[in-house]
Amino acid sequence: MKREQTDVLIVGAGPAGLAAAVELKKLGAGKVTVVDREPEAGGTPRLCHHVGFGIRDLHRVYAGPQYARRNVAQAAASGAIIRPATTITGWGNGRTLTYSSPDGLGEIKAQAILLATGVRERPRTARLVPGKRVQGVFTTGSLQRFVDQYQLPVGHRAVIVGAELVSLSAFMTLKKAGLDVAMMTTELPQHQIYFPYVPMKWLTMDLLNRVPVRPLSRVTRIFGRKRVEGVEIRRLDTGEVETAACDAVVFTGDWIPEYEMARSGELTLDGGTRGPQVDGQFRTSRTGVFAAGNLLHGAETADMCALEGRSAAQSIHDFLQNGRWPAASLPIQCAAPIQWAAPNRVTAGEKAGELAFYVGEFRQNALVEVRQGGKVLYGQRYGRLRPNHVMRLRGDWAAGIDFGGAPLEIGLAR
Amino acid sequence: MQDIYDVAIIGAGVVGTAIARELSRYQLNCALVEAKPDVGMGTSKASTAIWHTGFDAKPNTLESQLLHRSYELMETFVSEAGVPVERLGGLLVAWSEEQQQALPGLLARAHQNGVTDVHTVSAEEVYRLEPNLNAGAWGGLYVPGESIICTFTLPLAYATQAVLNGTELRLNFPVRQITTEADGTIRLQSDDDRLRCRYLVNAAGLYSDEINRMLGHHEFTVTPRRGELIVFDKFARNLINHVLLPIPTAITKGVLVSPTVYGNVLLGPTAEDLDDKTNTATSAAGLQMVWEKGQAILPQLVAEEVTATYAGLRAATEHSDYQIHLHADQNYVCVGGIRSTGVSASMGIAEYVGGLLAEAGLPLTPKAAFKPVKMPYIGAAGIRPYQNEAMIAANPDYGRIVCHCERVTQGELLDAIHSPVPARTLDGLRRRTRVLQGRCQGFNCQAGVVDLLARETGQEPRRLLALEGER
Ligand SMILES: Cc1cc2nc3c(=O)[nH]c(=O)nc-3n(C[C@H](O)[C@H](O)[C@H](O)COP(=O)(O)OP(=O)(O)OC[C@H]3O[C@@H](n4cnc5c(N)ncnc54)[C@H](O)[C@@H]3O)c2cc1C
Ligand SMILES: Cc1cc2nc3c(=O)[nH]c(=O)nc-3n(C[C@H](O)[C@H](O)[C@H](O)COP(=O)(O)OP(=O)(O)OC[C@H]3O[C@@H](n4cnc5c(N)ncnc54)[C@H](O)[C@@H]3O)c2cc1C
Repeated sequence: MKREQTDVLIVGAGPAGLAAAVELKKLGAGKVTVVDREPEAGGTPRLCHHVGFGIRDLHRVYAGPQYARRNVAQAAASGAIIRPATTITGWGNGRTLTYSSPDGLGEIKAQAILLATGVRERPRTARLVPGKRVQGVFTTGSLQRFVDQYQLPVGHRAVIVGAELVSLSAFMTLKKAGLDVAMMTTELPQHQIYFPYVPMKWLTMDLLNRVPVRPLSRVTRIFGRKRVEGVEIRRLDTGEVETAACDAVVFTGDWIPEYEMARSGELTLDGGTRGPQVDGQFRTSRTGVFAAGNLLHGAETADMCALEGRSAAQSIHDFLQNGRWPAASLPIQCAAPIQWAAPNRVTAGEKAGELAFYVGEFRQNALVEVRQGGKVLYGQRYGRLRPNHVMRLRGDWAAGIDFGGAPLEIGLAR
Repeated sequence: MQDIYDVAIIGAGVVGTAIARELSRYQLNCALVEAKPDVGMGTSKASTAIWHTGFDAKPNTLESQLLHRSYELMETFVSEAGVPVERLGGLLVAWSEEQQQALPGLLARAHQNGVTDVHTVSAEEVYRLEPNLNAGAWGGLYVPGESIICTFTLPLAYATQAVLNGTELRLNFPVRQITTEADGTIRLQSDDDRLRCRYLVNAAGLYSDEINRMLGHHEFTVTPRRGELIVFDKFARNLINHVLLPIPTAITKGVLVSPTVYGNVLLGPTAEDLDDKTNTATSAAGLQMVWEKGQAILPQLVAEEVTATYAGLRAATEHSDYQIHLHADQNYVCVGGIRSTGVSASMGIAEYVGGLLAEAGLPLTPKAAFKPVKMPYIGAAGIRPYQNEAMIAANPDYGRIVCHCERVTQGELLDAIHSPVPARTLDGLRRRTRVLQGRCQGFNCQAGVVDLLARETGQEPRRLLALEGER
């Protein structure tokens, strides 16, 4: 077993991890090592062969693989060490992580660790969709690898489960592979595809004109012998049941953080995001261990994750300089229909930054409040609150917090 | 290929493969005949994977006797062959006065079955053994011998050892017709193939009654009894230490909560009689039922992610005991009705069937050498290739992790594809290596695995993905 040392060890070479590496090198952080378990660095965008990447971090529009390559090249040029095909398998003592790779086993001791391991979509099984175990059941992630990475056949006619931004990605991939899309289903009253930038707007409108969206509907059964032959769809309001013939079903969204390393390192997880809890400076519950990117929130777009990686780099650099780690921070709790908020804690005397959150229902003209012990500290009004879409409180939301007081709560005005 | 086999065994489930292995130690030419493209694709791949002691079997039955014998035989075999097992012990928890009152009877029954290492335990002791159990336990029964086993590896290990010792594995051979030739040999006919044998063993699981009828016998009828299960994420594994067995009462059978040898936690099964022997679909009602029972037993369990769900079909009959019958005049042994303990009883059954064949006149002369078998290790309790410095140094493919959730390496996938009983299907690869069985269910690696299997075996991806060919 090899024993190595580094100043900063970054787990995950996606947009968040790579952006953090570049920034850390810029700040003069010393030896920065980025490991990724995939044979190539770049993270999830590597597999999304469509445009829509880089808008807010690089102010340009890239296709996923192009964006991933650019991030990898930049990180390499910055002097960070990038090690693909290296899986972090567990924790040693303190800030030491163990790995397995084709070159053997080892452990890396670091001054600071950044976890940026991303998210995945919940597969059919985790959603407890009953029926036969058959071929032809995908997530957007697996579908994209079938079509773009390996040019494998994915069928002729598909049903997309979900109608949010990533479902659009599934749609584009299916069209590229020449499939008919029979329908998109969503359990919510309407689709949740919003326009992150203008070219996607007409693409979305075009899609919504061509593909029926089944609102308030759940896929309740998959049938077929060896391959999917169809799905059963139930209306949640009327109980009506219909079947749709298809030979592919794509389960989209329903994100779950890749928290394996966070959890095995005994970091405190957040009940809402299910990722590790962090404060505004990306500090987890374990000294010297930071987290950024979609591990903290399923799912943000890649550019926002990269920006987060950059900010996390500054915090890591500060920690390397002064070794300070706050003794306490206040947790932020969510009241339904708010599903999660990130960061999940605030530390006294620090700039809080924006607060990202997810809401479970559509609401018009809603007032989102930050409360502490029953007292309203802050309110922000939204013309529309939209589910499956990251909403944000402005940076001044954290004014007036009593750091000796009760946990904070984010919720709708009562 | 032999012209006439001494013995043909129909069905390569855990029972048929165990019989094939048993016979392969003798100087015989045997064929193991299977309808599917791989061994272990029937009921044997969809059990709860408990290696039972047989403590609660009906006393003085063949099932009780063979479970007892099998337990001894398997102790040696599983360690020699490297079949993943964990000797966790079983804990039956009484959740009501009625269940508590059933414990002394179960203890007495265990003793009748020759399982003496069984103890009643107090409620306090139950919580000491299992601190995360829900409140409300009255007491329990502790059975240290109850263990967990890899039901994927077990039939593969039997089949591999049989093949290494000369057995011919005839896959894709659904027996459609059985006739007796003028010279007394038995002829098995499939859609496009045939073979002849002198002795016949029927280990066709759910279809054993149909094969039995082809030979003119009607001792039993198989009714598929579905059992649905939920597999929870590995992060649930630390919640329990033992196999938590239900106490059967007059009204309900109850579900079990058990660790798996891969480090997950299993919850189930249901018990529901169906009329379709191919209906291995899960149902909303079934999954909800086990979910609720699991929540009542171990509340923290259902807060974890679900990794998989599946359903298996038990070969239930109108009889409570195994239906193993020798028809010496036909040189035929029927092995049917191996309903819910076939994994555990497999070696006992195999030895017993060997004895019946000898009784019918089959000469059992041991071979000079009986080649051993060593299976790739896919359990969680030992060292896997990705953790093995020496293996990776010898072949870096053992350090190339393809399936991140189950940490399956390229080296293991290639081994499985090129093993003596090779993986030819995605399902076969899954059962041999754990690939695609983890928490992401293929989000990351499925496409790559399809590509690898297609290239290595020269098969069309469309066929592997069931986009063409027989659906
Ligand atoms: C189908 C799909 C379409 C998308 N389309 C868009 C789009 O059009 N525009 C957009 O902006 N965003 C899009 N996104 C979102 C974007 O991909 C993510 O926001 C972004 O990739 C998140 O970055 P990350 O760095 O947090 O995680 P990731 O990019 O997921 O990177 C995490 C990395 O960590 C590695 N890792 C995990 N565990 C370990 C371990 N134990 N050891 C070593 N390495 C490990 C993984 O291999 C992975 O490479 C899409 C996402 C999906 C799934
Ligand atoms: C939900 C569930 C939980 C269980 N839990 C346990 C447990 O914890 N412990 C335990 O010991 N047991 C358990 N069992 C029971 C155990 O799984 C079975 O007893 C055992 O798998 C039966 O093996 P088999 O070889 O008889 O049947 P199978 O595995 O079904 O094998 C029969 C084979 O015969 C083949 N076949 C059928 N017809 C033909 C034909 N005409 N021509 C050629 N081939 C044919 C089939 O394709 C199949 O491969 C459980 C069963 C279920 C369903």
